[in-house]
Amino acid sequence: MGERMFIEGNIAVGWGAASAGCQAFFGYPITPQNEITEWFAREFPKMGRIFAQSQSELGSINLVYGAAAAGVRAMTSTSGPGWSLMQETMSDMANAELPCVVVDVQRGGPGGGPIRHAQQDYFQCTRGGGHGDYRNIVLAPASSQESCDLVQLAFYLADKYRNPVVVMTDAIIGRLRETVEVEKIEFGPLPDKDWAVKGKARHKDGKRRIVDHSGDLLRRYPSYRALLQSLEQKMKQMQESELRYEGYKMEDASLILVAYGYTARVAKEAVNMARADGIKAGLIRLITAWPFPYQVIREKACQGGKFLVVEDSLGQVIEDVRFAVEGRAEVHLVSILDRHIPTDGGMILPDKVFDKIKEIQ
Amino acid sequence: MSQGGRLEDAMNEEVKVVTKQRVAGRPKLLVPQIAGFIYCPGCHEPLAARAIAEVLEKLGMGDRAIGVFDIGCNSFLLGMLDIDAVLTPHGRPPDMATGVKRVYPDNIVFTVQGDGGLLSIGADPLLGALTRAEKITIIMLNNAVYGTTGGQMAPTSLEGQVTTTTPNGRDLARTGFPTHAAEMIATFRGVAYSARGAFNTPKNYMRTRKYITSAFQKQMDNVGLSFVEIICACPENWRLSPIDSLKWIEEKMIPEFPLGEFKNVDRIE
Ligand SMILES: Cc1ncc(C[n+]2csc(CCOP(=O)(O)OP(=O)(O)O)c2C)c(N)n1
Ligand code: SF4
Ligand SMILES: [Mg+2]
Repeated sequence: MGERMFIEGNIAVGWGAASAGCQAFFGYPITPQNEITEWFAREFPKMGRIFAQSQSELGSINLVYGAAAAGVRAMTSTSGPGWSLMQETMSDMANAELPCVVVDVQRGGPGGGPIRHAQQDYFQCTRGGGHGDYRNIVLAPASSQESCDLVQLAFYLADKYRNPVVVMTDAIIGRLRETVEVEKIEFGPLPDKDWAVKGKARHKDGKRRIVDHSGDLLRRYPSYRALLQSLEQKMKQMQESELRYEGYKMEDASLILVAYGYTARVAKEAVNMARADGIKAGLIRLITAWPFPYQVIREKACQGGKFLVVEDSLGQVIEDVRFAVEGRAEVHLVSILDRHIPTDGGMILPDKVFDKIKEIQ
Repeated sequence: MSQGGRLEDAMNEEVKVVTKQRVAGRPKLLVPQIAGFIYCPGCHEPLAARAIAEVLEKLGMGDRAIGVFDIGCNSFLLGMLDIDAVLTPHGRPPDMATGVKRVYPDNIVFTVQGDGGLLSIGADPLLGALTRAEKITIIMLNNAVYGTTGGQMAPTSLEGQVTTTTPNGRDLARTGFPTHAAEMIATFRGVAYSARGAFNTPKNYMRTRKYITSAFQKQMDNVGLSFVEIICACPENWRLSPIDSLKWIEEKMIPEFPLGEFKNVDRIE
C-alpha cells in the first residue's frame, strides 16, 4: 500500500519521480511549474539525491544530459518558453540515446503569452520539437494520480528506449489538488546502463565509454544511414508497443470526442451530459499524445462515427484526427476560442462542449 | 596568492630541466591516430590532448577522468584521449560536466572547448558553472577564430585581425573588444584556479602542462572551479605558415593575452 496524499499535480510529479528512483533534478523558475522545482529543492537533498537550480532551461536540459550520460535517472520540468529553449539538446539526447524525463506544464502562447493554462505545445511535444528526425513518447496526465503514475512510467520508457520521454501536463492539471496514492510501480527489468560514462575504473572491462550526439562521427553507427535506420526502428517500436488511451463509453458511440489533459475531463463531463440526453457520445482520452491512436480513430470513422476534438488551442490535435479519418468522417472542434470568457482566465467548460455536441449530432 | 600543490612543485622542477628532458614519446592515454591525423599541419590543438594525457598519467587519474568535449576542431581531442568522454552540443560542456560531476564527485571531470564555444555561444553554461562554483575544470583553446566553421571572428579575435566575417580586419568600434577569459574567470569567488598558457615554445608547453596539473589538483582537492586557457595556433584560418603562426603568437597574441596564473587559492572563503 502506498501513502495517500492530498496534493497538486505538480507535487505528484515529484513523488512519482522519487518513487521511480530519479536521482537528479535540475530546474529553472517558470510559472506554472514552480511547485515542481521547489518540491525537488526541498525534498531531494533530504533523500540524498541531486538538485541544482540551473541558470536557464538551456542549462536544465544540459545538466540532465550530463547526469543521464553518467547513467542515473534524471529529469527537469518547465513550461512553454523554457520548453522551447530545451529543444536543441532534446534533439541531441535523441541522437545520443540518452534517457531522461522532461515535464512541460503547458501555459499559453505564442511568445510571452499568458502564464495560465493552455494546450498549445502539442505539435512541439509530439513532433520531436527540435531539429532532425526523432520522436519522443509523450504522456499526458489528466489528474494528480496520473501525474504521479505517468512520471514513473516515463522513467521506465525512457530507459527502455534510451530516449527522452515528455510528460505534457497543463496549468490546471498541475495546480489541481486531488487525493493521490503514491506507490512505486514495477514495470519489469531493464538492462544495465553499461554504456554510461563513469570513469574507466568503474567499467568491468576497463575500456572507455563515449556518449556522443553525432551517431556516425565516432563510429557509434557504421554510417549515417545506419543511425537513421536505428532511429526509425525505435520510432516504429514505440508506435507498436506504447500506444495508450482511455476509451470512455465507446462501445456504441457514434459521436466520439478526442481530448487529453484538462480538456479530457471537461469532455468526459460533456459525454455524461450527452448520454443523459440520449446522445450516443463517447471519448477517446489520449494518455500517449504520441504515439497517437490513428488506427482506433480510423476504425471508428469507417463505422460511420463523427468526431469532436476538444482542446485548449487553436487546433493541433484536430490535425492528427483529420489525418486518421482520411476524409471519411466529419471532424469538429471546440477550441481555445470557445472559452467561457475571453481573458487568459477563460476555460473550456462542459456546457460549451455539450452545446457543440447537440449542434453537430 | 599561491601556495601551490605538491605536484605543481614537481612540475616547476620540470620547467627548469626542460632543455635536458626528452619531450618525445607517446603517453599511454593518447590514442594512436591510425586512420590519419585529422588536424591541419601546424595546428596546436592536438598538443592539448598530449598535455592532458601526460598530466592525467602523472596524477594516476586516467581511469577516473571524464572529459566533456565541445563541438569544434577541439572535439577531435575526444578521439585522441583514452578516457571516458561525452560529446556535447556546441557551447554546452560546462553544463554536461556539471551533470556528470554531481553524479561522480570523486572523478576528475573536465571540459575542452574553443574560444567561440566557451565565450560566445557557451556564455550561459559558463556563467552558470561559475556562479554555482561547480568543481569542474574548464580548458579553453584560444585560437582567436571559429576554426571549424572556416575562420570567422571569435570573441578573442584581435584588433585588425582579418577573418571571414571581418574581411577588412576587426574594427573594435563596431565589434567590441577581445574577451580575456582567464582574467574574467579569476574574478569569480567560486574559482580556485585560473591561468593562461600557450604551446608556441617547449617552455610554454611545459608551463601550460603545469597549469593543467594545478587545475586538476584543485578539483581533486575539492577547492572550486578551475580554468586553463591555452593559446593555440590555427595556421589554416590565420592564413599563415606554421612557423609564422608561432611568430604571430609571440608578437600579437601574447601581448593581448598575457600568460600566467590569475588566481590560485587552496581555499575559497
Ligand atoms: C548551435 C550551433 N551553432 C553553430 C554551430 C556551428 N559550429 C560548429 S563548430 C563552431 C565554431 C567553433 O569555434 P571554437 O569554439 O572557437 O572552436 P575551434 O573550432 O576554433 O576549435 C560553430 C560555430 C553548431 N554546431 N551549433
Ligand atoms: S582549422 Fe585551425 S583549429 Fe581547426 S584543425 Fe585547422 S588549424 Fe586547427
Ligand atoms: Mg576557436
